Amino acid sequence: MSWFKKLTDGLRKTSASASSKLSGIFSGKKINAETLESLEEALISADLGVSASQKIVKELAKIYEGESSDQDELLEALAKSITDILEPFEERLEILDIHSPHIMILVGVNGSGKTTTAGKLAKRFSQEGKKVVLVAADTFRAAAIEQLRGWAEKTSVDLMSSERGADPASLVYKSIEKAKSEKADLVLIDTAGRLQNRIELMEELAKIIRVIKKLEPKAPHNSLIVLDGTVGQNALSQLKAFKDVSAITGLIMTKLDGSARGGILVALAEEFGLPIHLIGVGENAEDLQDFNAKAYARALLGLTEK
Amino acid sequence: MFNSLKDKLQSVFSGLGKTGALSVSEVNAALREVRLALLDADVAVPVVKQFMDLIRERAIGASVLKSVRPDQQVIKIVNDGLIEILGGDAEPLKVDVTPPAIILMVGLQGSGKTTTSGKLAQFLKTKNKKKVMLASLDMTRPAAREQLRMLAEQAAVGVLPEDDKQAPIQLARRAIKSAQLQGYDVLILDTAGRQSVDDGLMAELDAIKSLSKPVETLLVADALTGQDAVNTASTFMSRIGITGIILTRLDGDARGGAALSMRQVTGCPIKFAGVGEKLDALETFDPARMAGRILDMGDVVALVEKAAEALEEEEAMRMAQRMAKGKFDLNDFLTQLRQLKKMGGIGGLLGMLPGIGKINKQLAATGVDDSMIKRQEAIILSMTKKERVSVGLLNASRRKRIAFGSGTTVQEVNRVVKQYQDMARMMKKMGSKAGAAGLKAMLGGGTSNPTGMMSGSGMDLDAMAKQFTSPNSNRLPNLGGMPNLGGLPPGINPNRKK
Repeated sequence: MSWFKKLTDGLRKTSASASSKLSGIFSGKKINAETLESLEEALISADLGVSASQKIVKELAKIYEGESSDQDELLEALAKSITDILEPFEERLEILDIHSPHIMILVGVNGSGKTTTAGKLAKRFSQEGKKVVLVAADTFRAAAIEQLRGWAEKTSVDLMSSERGADPASLVYKSIEKAKSEKADLVLIDTAGRLQNRIELMEELAKIIRVIKKLEPKAPHNSLIVLDGTVGQNALSQLKAFKDVSAITGLIMTKLDGSARGGILVALAEEFGLPIHLIGVGENAEDLQDFNAKAYARALLGLTEK
Repeated sequence: MFNSLKDKLQSVFSGLGKTGALSVSEVNAALREVRLALLDADVAVPVVKQFMDLIRERAIGASVLKSVRPDQQVIKIVNDGLIEILGGDAEPLKVDVTPPAIILMVGLQGSGKTTTSGKLAQFLKTKNKKKVMLASLDMTRPAAREQLRMLAEQAAVGVLPEDDKQAPIQLARRAIKSAQLQGYDVLILDTAGRQSVDDGLMAELDAIKSLSKPVETLLVADALTGQDAVNTASTFMSRIGITGIILTRLDGDARGGAALSMRQVTGCPIKFAGVGEKLDALETFDPARMAGRILDMGDVVALVEKAAEALEEEEAMRMAQRMAKGKFDLNDFLTQLRQLKKMGGIGGLLGMLPGIGKINKQLAATGVDDSMIKRQEAIILSMTKKERVSVGLLNASRRKRIAFGSGTTVQEVNRVVKQYQDMARMMKKMGSKAGAAGLKAMLGGGTSNPTGMMSGSGMDLDAMAKQFTSPNSNRLPNLGGMPNLGGLPPGINPNRKK
C-alpha cells in the first residue's frame, strides 16, 4: 500500500476530514468572505496554523473571489498552492560515501517517535547495504535502550549502548571511534526526548553535538528533528529551539496514519525552509516513506492521487 | 507570536476608553482577536466557535469597570469562561471502592501513558496511601513492559510479572486476579498506544474495559497536540468511554489549547497534569493556570481583577465614611444587599467562611434563601429617592404604594425598614465607639480572615445560628446588612461561583 493510500485511508476514517468540510463550503455557492473564512478554518483544522492558512486563502481569494464556485477547480488550486509551498523542500535522505562515517542524529521532544524512527532507518540503510552503527544515546527513558536493542536484533546492526543514566556524550564519542575503526558507513544516533524549553536538557544535547564535532568537524551530517503528526503550533517553537542547539538539517514527521494531518509542515516550510525527508504512516519499517509534496498536499485535502 | 494580541486589541479600542456596558460591536471586535489567539493556541476550530458564542452572550451588556478598557473587560470574561469550562466537574479519582480499584490508561502512541502510569502509581501511593499495582497490557511496543517494570521499581509499587505469551486480555485477567489475591487497593492497567482510527486495537481496548470494569478510564493526552485533539478525544469517548483526562508535557511551552478542546468534546474533567520526567512530576490539574496559558493574557486579567478590587475597596471606604458620620441610608443598605447577592447569596457567602456547615444546614431548614434578598431589593427600588434618604417620610400610604410597586406586602416593607433601622443604629454605635479609623480598617479589607471580621462586627457564629433558626426570623436581621460586606478580604473573589 502506498503511503498516499494509507494517508487517505486514515483521513477517510476521521469524521472531520478536511475534504468533507471543504465540500460543504464550496458546493454551488459564490466565493465570498464567508466561504473564504470557512476555507481558512478547514485549513486551520488540519494544523496549518492561522498565518499560513490566511496566506494561502488570500492568494486563492485574489483569483476566485466573487466567482461561482466550482469545487473541483478550487480544491485543485488549493492543492497546487500547498504543493508549491512544500515542493522545494522535498528531499530524499541519503548517506554520502564521502563521509566516513556519515553521522546522523535524531532529536525531538519526548514521544515523537525518535527511537522507532531510528530503528526503521537502521533497517532501511542496512538493507541498502550500508554498515550501520546504531547508538542508543537515550540513556534517560526507562527501557529506551531495550527498545532500540529490539530493532537492532531484528535488523542485525551493531548497537552501542551504556547503562541507564550514563553520559550520552561519552557514549557517542566511543561509538564514532568504533565506527571509524570498523569502517562503518553510518553512525545513527538516537537521543533522549527533551522539551525544547528545558535548558539543562538542551545543554546536554549541545554537548553531544560538540563531542561529535571534536571527532568530525563537519558532522553531524544530518541533524534530524522528529515531529509527531498530531503536533500543533508548538512545532514552530520546537524547531526553532532545536535548530539553535543542533543546527537541524531536515524534518521527519511520524504518526500520519492516524486522524492527524500534520498540516504544520506547511507552516514550518514557510517559516524555516528546511528539507522534509520522511513521513511515518504506519508501524512497519516500510511505512517510513520519502516525503512527496504533491501527494501529501492532495491527501491533506482529501483529493485522490493523480 | 501572540503578544501581538494585546497590541491588536489596543488598536481596536484605542480612543474608546469609556465606561458603562459593553456593546455588541465592542465585544465582537475583541472576540475576533481572542478567536485568533485561541486558534493559535491549538484550540480546535469547532470548540473555538462554541466558546465564542458563549462568551459573546455573556459579554454583551456586561458592565465595564472604571479604569479598564472594554477589551480588557472582555479578556477577563473570556478568562473566567475558560476557567469555568476547564475546571468544571473536577473531582478526585474514585479509588475508595472495594479493592482493587481498577484504573485503565488509554491514549495515542507517545502520549506518555506508561510514564504517567508510573507517576499515578506514585501519586496514589504517597498522597492517598494506597497499595498500588502496575500492569502493562502493551504487547505492541517493544520494551513497554520493561519500561513499566522499571518505573514500578522506582516508585516501589507492585508490578505484574511479565509473560510474553499472553494476549492483553489474558494479561488483564491475570492482573486483576493477582491484585485481588495480594490485597492491592489500586490496579493501574497500562495499555498499548493506538491510533484512534485503528479499529482492531480499539476493539481490543473495549474488550479489556468490559472485562476489568475500571472505576476510572483515563485518557492520557499530549499538551502539544494540535487540532487532532478533538478527533482523538471524541473517538476514545465514543468507542471506549472515558471518565477523565490527564494532560502530559505541560512543562513544555505549548499553549495547550488541546486541553480546552478535549474538555469540551468529552465533557470529562481534566484530572492531572504531567509536568516533568521524574516520577513525582504529576500535579492536580489547575484550571486557572491552564486558562492563563491558553489565553496568554495574564497581565490583562490581573489588571481587571485589581480594578475590581479597587472598586470594592473604594465602595467600602465610602460606606465606612458615611457610617462614621452616622449617615447610612437605604441606598447604602441596597448596596450591601447587592454585594451580598453578587457574592453568591447567603449560601455562597457562608460557604466561604470556615466552620459554617452547621449554620448552612439550619439555614436551609428555615427557608431563608436568596429570593428574600431579591424581594428586599425590589422594595427599596420601589421607593423614591427622597424616601431612600430619609426613611421618616414613609407613612402608611407610602408603604402601601411601595408594597404594591414591589409586588410584596406592607408587612414585608415594614420588615425591611425595621431591619434598616436596626442596622443604622448599630452603625452609629460602632461609628462613635471605634472611630472612623477603626471602622475603615475593619471595612477596607484590612483583615485577612473572614472569621476575624465576623467577630470584629460583634457577632459570633452561634449567635448567628440562633438568629437564623429562631422561630420568627423569617428575615435577615444582621446578615442582610452585615456591616463588613463592603470590605471583603482581598483573597475572596466576590464573583466566585459556588
